[in-house]
Amino acid sequence: MSAGLAAALPGIADPQALQRQMARAERRRKLRAFSLTLPLLLFLLLTFLVPIATLLKRAVENPEVANALPRTVAALQGWNREGTPSDSAFAAITKDLGALPDSSDAGALARRLNSDTPGARSLVMGTFKALPLAGATTAADIKASLLALDERWGETKYWRAIAKNGGRWTPDYLLTSVDLRRDAQGAVERVDPEQRVFGRILVRTFEISAIVTFWALLLGYPLAYWLSSLSTRQANVLMILVLVPFWTSILVRVAAWIVLLQSEGLVNHALIAAHLVERPLALLFNRTGVIIAMVHILLPFMILPLYSVMKSVPPTYLRAAVSLGSSPLTAFFRVYVPQTYPGIGAGALLVFILSIGYYVTPALLGGADDQMLSYYIAQYTNVSVNWGMACALGALLLAATLVLYALYRRVTKSELSLG
Amino acid sequence: MNKSILAAALVAAALTPVALPALAQQQITVVNFGGANANAQKKAYYDPFEKTGTKVIAVEYNGEQAKIKAMVETKKVTWDVVEVESPDVARGCDEGLFEKLDYSKIGNKADFNPAAVSDCGIGIFVWSTVMAYNGDKLKDGPKTWADFWDTKKYPGKRGMRKGARYNLEFALMADGVKPADVYKVLATKDGAERAFKKLTELKPSIQWWEAGAQPPQFLVAGDVAMSTVYNGRIDAANREGKNLKITWTGGIYDLDYWVIPKGAPSKEASLKFIAFASTPDAQAEYARNIAYGPTNNKALAKLDAKVLDNLPTSAANSKDALQFNLKFWADQGEDLEKRFASWATN
Repeated sequence: MSAGLAAALPGIADPQALQRQMARAERRRKLRAFSLTLPLLLFLLLTFLVPIATLLKRAVENPEVANALPRTVAALQGWNREGTPSDSAFAAITKDLGALPDSSDAGALARRLNSDTPGARSLVMGTFKALPLAGATTAADIKASLLALDERWGETKYWRAIAKNGGRWTPDYLLTSVDLRRDAQGAVERVDPEQRVFGRILVRTFEISAIVTFWALLLGYPLAYWLSSLSTRQANVLMILVLVPFWTSILVRVAAWIVLLQSEGLVNHALIAAHLVERPLALLFNRTGVIIAMVHILLPFMILPLYSVMKSVPPTYLRAAVSLGSSPLTAFFRVYVPQTYPGIGAGALLVFILSIGYYVTPALLGGADDQMLSYYIAQYTNVSVNWGMACALGALLLAATLVLYALYRRVTKSELSLG
Repeated sequence: MNKSILAAALVAAALTPVALPALAQQQITVVNFGGANANAQKKAYYDPFEKTGTKVIAVEYNGEQAKIKAMVETKKVTWDVVEVESPDVARGCDEGLFEKLDYSKIGNKADFNPAAVSDCGIGIFVWSTVMAYNGDKLKDGPKTWADFWDTKKYPGKRGMRKGARYNLEFALMADGVKPADVYKVLATKDGAERAFKKLTELKPSIQWWEAGAQPPQFLVAGDVAMSTVYNGRIDAANREGKNLKITWTGGIYDLDYWVIPKGAPSKEASLKFIAFASTPDAQAEYARNIAYGPTNNKALAKLDAKVLDNLPTSAANSKDALQFNLKFWADQGEDLEKRFASWATN
């Protein structure tokens, strides 16, 4: 009898067994819940984390020289980086270039060295195509015939570029993205003034983003306030007006702005007809055009979080403040606005972070000095095909965004809430 | 009954993928730069070539070599023939992105403009970047690059391509450097300095363009008084009834090339297409549709004087022109473009 009961309810005979069983059941339940989120986690891993990790890796990877010129790198080990290296280095590079299995390896090497020292492309490719050198056997002979082939082999800068890039990993792309570089001895220094560019572009990117955020807030706040004070039906109808442009393709909206803003466009015609200006204003292909279009495109991202926060603010507080003697304006700023801070924070952060990565709008509506960081990432990816540099700039943009988000959390002491 | 139909359908469906390649017409994907140039290519090259039995699928791109590189590196090449600009032919060939061309299947090398013949690419046409203005708004147009820079004599904005390429050459010519010496000067540190300094003079008046279709629009809309422009775009606008004028002095001419990406799906048909597009007849037809010069010298004989007058290759137009220096830009391009970005920010 008691043995039968113990078999049916193991907990009576052995309380620990019951605990174990319960723990097991709990684990199974958790595992099942986890397995439901697994597809999403896997998706995020593959489409988000892996590409970012690859990008960061590419920003420091430097395999070209190490792969193509192993003997030369070894021969340059003891070189003091002044004058020309020993004869054995000349022999080594001739041997290395001659041993390359395919011209594409020489091409990759030429590209890498050229982005470090302009001119290296034609030097490497010219030499590669001229190999093998006839009749040269001793190192001194090889040096003489290399110099006869292209006298630039006597210049220190090309040898320095090879020696500097001998390692498989390099900080150079990342350094360049903040306008720094390594000199011949490996010490970090600022680049020449006429090559300093990314620092200013980063500042410009932040500046444009901040201005866009400011205008979006200034325009979006009253609208969201008005929407939140309407009945749900009216608000829904008006919300459609906010959302329809939001759902329209960015390119279509940018093209529409070109039509509106050009010097013979609708806006200028209207201004001239109203005698507000005498000659057409320059609204396109400058900072003004970029900011107008970006504010328009990003406005919904400001309005939506603001609206959802404002909807949850009870109107009674404002009424209470006024009935206790506050002027309506003071009551609005001291009682109402503080309650919408989460919405302002979320909207502003959203608009700002989206602005930082903007590419199409400035490319089409801006001049040469209105381009943001993403434009140069695209330039390095597509035109220069220098993916290391593109990845380094991408990493810079990522780091800037993360720092900004950390700052936001520290200032507001809260997680990002979208309402 | 129904079951047997279903079974037949299933069998058919199962067989289709195997049967299709044998039955379907052969096709190749040809990639071009779009716009007026693509329309002319369709008339002169794609449509007539389709009559030989191979379907041509035209795709547009913006010259991003990165796309070809990505395809070749991942070994998933979907493009058969691609039109590329000259710096990309040399660079892509060096880096093994393109197939080497078998000229025995294309034609006699001696028939072509010497610049058109290279290991991986064959020239399609000669085009030129020149200065242009609107004949309706400006009666007495600019004669030289110094005039282009003279904003007192010719008030108004100047359209220029966003970037260093061509603009540095133009700046040096405006500063009095002879076309033949431009690249010699630009290669020196002082020369580059001089070019940027000259460009700075004009900076407040420059309206930058990004796409080749923009400058004719600027000129027609009156946004700019004059602009640098690809000569074929002006020709295309004039065919639509505009009165845009070109000053050929100090223009920079260059070639676009056909290449076959390494590992392209139908290499044989691609070569046949390139051979067809390099025949004198096809090239002459192309030149009649857009004012770009043929690379096959035999095509010139088939064109009448009116067409020839508009081509960058005609004697009068090429007299004071400069050939784009591929080697110089292959070496210095990245550095100068970065410097341009820095200059634009100041």
